[in-house]
Amino acid sequence: MNTVQSVFGGQGAEGAQFLSLMTLFTVVTTIIYLLVLAYLALALWRRRRTEHTVESGDHAAEPPPQRTALIGWVALVNTGLIVLTVASFLTDRAMARTASSPALEIEIIGHQWWWDVKYTGADPSQSLETANELHLPVGVPAHITLKSADVIHSFWVPNLAGKQDLIPGRQTDISIKPTRTGLFRSQCAEFCGVQHTHMALDVTVENRADFLRWYRAGLQPAKAPTAPLAKAGYAYVMTRQCAMCHNITGTEAGSHFGPDLTHLASRRSIAAGTLPMNRGNLYGWVADPQANKPGSKMPTLGLEPNELHAVVAYLETLK
Amino acid sequence: MSSPCRASLALAAVALLGGCDREERDSRGQPVTETVPAGATADTIYPGGPSGSTVTLSPKAAAYENNAYHIAQGQQLYGQMNCVGCHAHGGGGMGPALIDDEWRYGGRIEQIATTIVEGRPNGMPSFRGKLTDTQIWELAAYVRAMSGQVRKDAVGARTDEPSNTPPLTQTRREPIVPGEDATP
Amino acid sequence: MSAAELARDGPTLHGPELAARLERSWSRDPGLLGWLATVDHKEIGRRYLVTAFVFLALAGVLALAMRVQLARPDQNIIGAARYNEIFTMHGTTMMFLFAVPVMDAVAIYLIPLMLGTRATSFARLNAFSYYVYLAGGMLLWIAFVLNVGPDVGWFAYVPLSGPEYGVGKRADIWAQMVTFTEVAALSVAVVLTATILKQRAPGMSLDRMPLFAWAILVTSLMVIFSMPSVALASGMLLSDRLVGTQFYNPTENGDALLWQHLFWFFGHPEVYIIFLPAVGFVSEITATFCRRPVFAYPVMVMAVVAIGLLAFGLWVHHMFATGLPRVGYSFYTAASMAVAIPTGIQIFCWITTMWLGRPRFDVPFLYVVAFIVTFVIGGLTGVMVASVPLDLQLHDSYFIVAHFHYVLIGGAVFPLLGAITYWYPKVTGRLMSERLGKLSFWLLFGSFQLTFFPMHLSGMLGMPRRVYTYPAGLGLELPNFLSSIGAFIVALAFVLFIANVFLSLRRGAIAGPNPWKAGGLEWATSSPPPPYNFAHVPSVGSATPLWDGPLKWMSGLRVDEKEMLLTTVVSARPDLREPVPEPSIWPFISALALTVMFVSSIFSPWAVLFGLVPLGVALIAWFWPKQLEPTAEPVIE
Repeated sequence: MNTVQSVFGGQGAEGAQFLSLMTLFTVVTTIIYLLVLAYLALALWRRRRTEHTVESGDHAAEPPPQRTALIGWVALVNTGLIVLTVASFLTDRAMARTASSPALEIEIIGHQWWWDVKYTGADPSQSLETANELHLPVGVPAHITLKSADVIHSFWVPNLAGKQDLIPGRQTDISIKPTRTGLFRSQCAEFCGVQHTHMALDVTVENRADFLRWYRAGLQPAKAPTAPLAKAGYAYVMTRQCAMCHNITGTEAGSHFGPDLTHLASRRSIAAGTLPMNRGNLYGWVADPQANKPGSKMPTLGLEPNELHAVVAYLETLK
Repeated sequence: MSSPCRASLALAAVALLGGCDREERDSRGQPVTETVPAGATADTIYPGGPSGSTVTLSPKAAAYENNAYHIAQGQQLYGQMNCVGCHAHGGGGMGPALIDDEWRYGGRIEQIATTIVEGRPNGMPSFRGKLTDTQIWELAAYVRAMSGQVRKDAVGARTDEPSNTPPLTQTRREPIVPGEDATP
Repeated sequence: MSAAELARDGPTLHGPELAARLERSWSRDPGLLGWLATVDHKEIGRRYLVTAFVFLALAGVLALAMRVQLARPDQNIIGAARYNEIFTMHGTTMMFLFAVPVMDAVAIYLIPLMLGTRATSFARLNAFSYYVYLAGGMLLWIAFVLNVGPDVGWFAYVPLSGPEYGVGKRADIWAQMVTFTEVAALSVAVVLTATILKQRAPGMSLDRMPLFAWAILVTSLMVIFSMPSVALASGMLLSDRLVGTQFYNPTENGDALLWQHLFWFFGHPEVYIIFLPAVGFVSEITATFCRRPVFAYPVMVMAVVAIGLLAFGLWVHHMFATGLPRVGYSFYTAASMAVAIPTGIQIFCWITTMWLGRPRFDVPFLYVVAFIVTFVIGGLTGVMVASVPLDLQLHDSYFIVAHFHYVLIGGAVFPLLGAITYWYPKVTGRLMSERLGKLSFWLLFGSFQLTFFPMHLSGMLGMPRRVYTYPAGLGLELPNFLSSIGAFIVALAFVLFIANVFLSLRRGAIAGPNPWKAGGLEWATSSPPPPYNFAHVPSVGSATPLWDGPLKWMSGLRVDEKEMLLTTVVSARPDLREPVPEPSIWPFISALALTVMFVSSIFSPWAVLFGLVPLGVALIAWFWPKQLEPTAEPVIE
């Protein structure tokens, strides 16, 4: 059973609240449905002693028991809906309370078709930028500010919480408090163009120590490569097309139109969840992005084989 | 098919027939062995070159020139590659204006593409190796769109930015001087 | 000519001679020109019906294409760009070109017959609306075939459909198609409202009107109040894209959410515009096949009116994820829950009708039972997503796809198929095959559940909407595969239904005027009805006239000119005799001029100005006052 991208996970405080409310709603609505079906079945197949039809002559009859039953039904439906509305409102308030004192501030900017993730701390020198991945410490309420660079996207980690749209010109936000560690997957949930399908995000919920270790490693700039092939790749990346769009902290590549690549090789997937991260897929992606994600903004470069080897060798050093 | 159906069909077909090529979305671009014509003749390097200079037309021109997808990609690249730094949004600054009728190095799409690839004297940098051929042609197509050289149904009126140009769909087509482009 | 010589129907003129003379005055010229110029509501209704079903078939084929692509993970049978066009065309065609027009079709055909009148009001406007609808549909589909089809989803959110990201002319085609269908729907709404309020048979006061007529009245008023919103929104989108206005540009003080508000202010009432006529179908079919009128008529009427009113207060529930203030959202949660109350009341009343009556399980009634079983599921998942915390997980996932297909197919298409089977004998004079009808019914009912129930699960397993593929390993393989199998069986069921429609045209049992022994006025005339519907004006004393004693008839309408009777709005006392328009070619020509203007305005704003000239000429010719013959009749009787 899917455990990485499912509303049944309930591994966040909000997600768990969703599950309780959904259970209540499912129970109440199922009861109502079964009542309707029972009444329908009885009405269709009961043994009739009396009927009020054209043939029997009193088709206009509206007997009192049925009128009373109508009033009773309206009362029942009203009660059920009021219960559900109040439960929904209370859950909403509870979720707002969970979100009231965040300990971690994150900013996510949606692009066509990748996620720019920035950890903004009080100290700017401690802010971390990455792409297409999100690490969260377990038990810590995180507050994520959501912005869009182009069209409307929607940030959705079903295992942890509900979704929230990223709307250009507006700032929305979402609060998540993960309650269990694990690896999860998020996917853009608002149609945003040709590669909306391949706009996923890898979410890692880990304990505090692991999170801090990842964070500190992420603050480090990219190490200069030592192996000759990687050095050749470094030269290509800095002087050719790659640096025009990508940022690798600690190098001359400082453009922000494409995802940050500083710690690319530590991620679980390539191109916002399009391909799992491994050497073969790196080769495939760099050689021809348009084959894997046609319409994405990364052009097919037409690399020579030796250039391709070099570039991938360099990218693999970006841990 | 009844007559009203046929009549409306003919009408709509006429109006939309330009659709096929204009709306093609080729995100991979031409086969990568083809390269941009690198300054077909020396005449095009110098301003006001002798008229009648024969610049061979590239077959790629047709694929990019009036294609809505490529012009839109070019529009995005124009902002991302910092063309605005010198050319503003077409009005020029350090660099010449791109929305007027003056083309120092030629205003045909191949000539503009060559300009981007080669760079030009007096400050236009060369983007050879920094952008793919497709991206260069897309930029060239957008530059042409800025002075109204492309079909009006292939451009978007504006971007979602602060308003900085008149709507491109209403831009008057500027002639290209010196010398009109001689399409065969 | 003296008053005594003017031929009017009555004691001195009835029977076959009357029929022959009425036939002469009310039938149209044969041939192409006559076909184009007709103002007979029955002909126009049939055209709407056939055209809507063609669009249903086209959109259904697109659905099959989508299900082939989604049957297994990581497939590339249909590429991303083409898939986006396909789901946009599927949704747009179903919502704008099938769902509303098909309900209009049945209403245009049936309402005058149910009300006992000879024609609709504004008969030429009715004709005009069909041509405009056809033009809009053809614009969309020709564009699709020519690779200019829209690819931004059926509700085309900006900025994706805006000038920067909506590349080319695709979104313009979509937006202008919306304009066409809005004009057509508004025209029909005006026609039906006027007909229902002013042309009911004498004695058919508002509290004796068929429940279907009530449903159509409320629907038409909803159309009039909601459609201008989407016409405005799409006009503003076209303007942004064509001339660079800033309505939806956030950096210039426009707003991307403005589109959503304007669209959904229309979009939510739209689904009730589709649903309420189906509610009308269910009421009529239930009454006939349970052999008694629907229980608690006044309550049913109030429920329909309540739905019509409440529907306008719900639209923000489509925007729960956009970050608007949560307190405001609570209001829309409560309102969205509240609309379940009148719907629940209606379900109760229908089942009580079955309880009190004697159900006969003919095919139309089977569809009503299927409607209850299916639609209530959709309504209850609707109650779920009315809650903000629940919606924030379920919104824009396949759970929502399941929800709206349950309410649209269960709530509108099942009653529609029942209605077609029910009124087919009236329209064609023959009965549909009961056996083939039952086969296609059970096939459709079962395959629908197979196709759409698993989507609740795939949505909850994280599958967003509008994706052209999904990765393996998320548990999505089985639900998607089941949905794909089911989709093909659904298609087969529809094919069988259509086959039944065509085969029964030749081989169906001959139906008399009232094969179901129903109680409504439409069953008081022959099957199919003559062009003039009724030879004399029926007069009613109850809500089910044919069940409450022999029908009384009024006489006195002119025979050699087309004339109908207007009655008062509330109590339907006879009021005026009104001439009915002759067939005219000007509605067609006006529609043509309008088409040229709208289509060319996609490419140039000047077309709006220049296009007004031929349109103006056509409209002037249309409305040119007719020289009435001087008459010797007294003005007031």
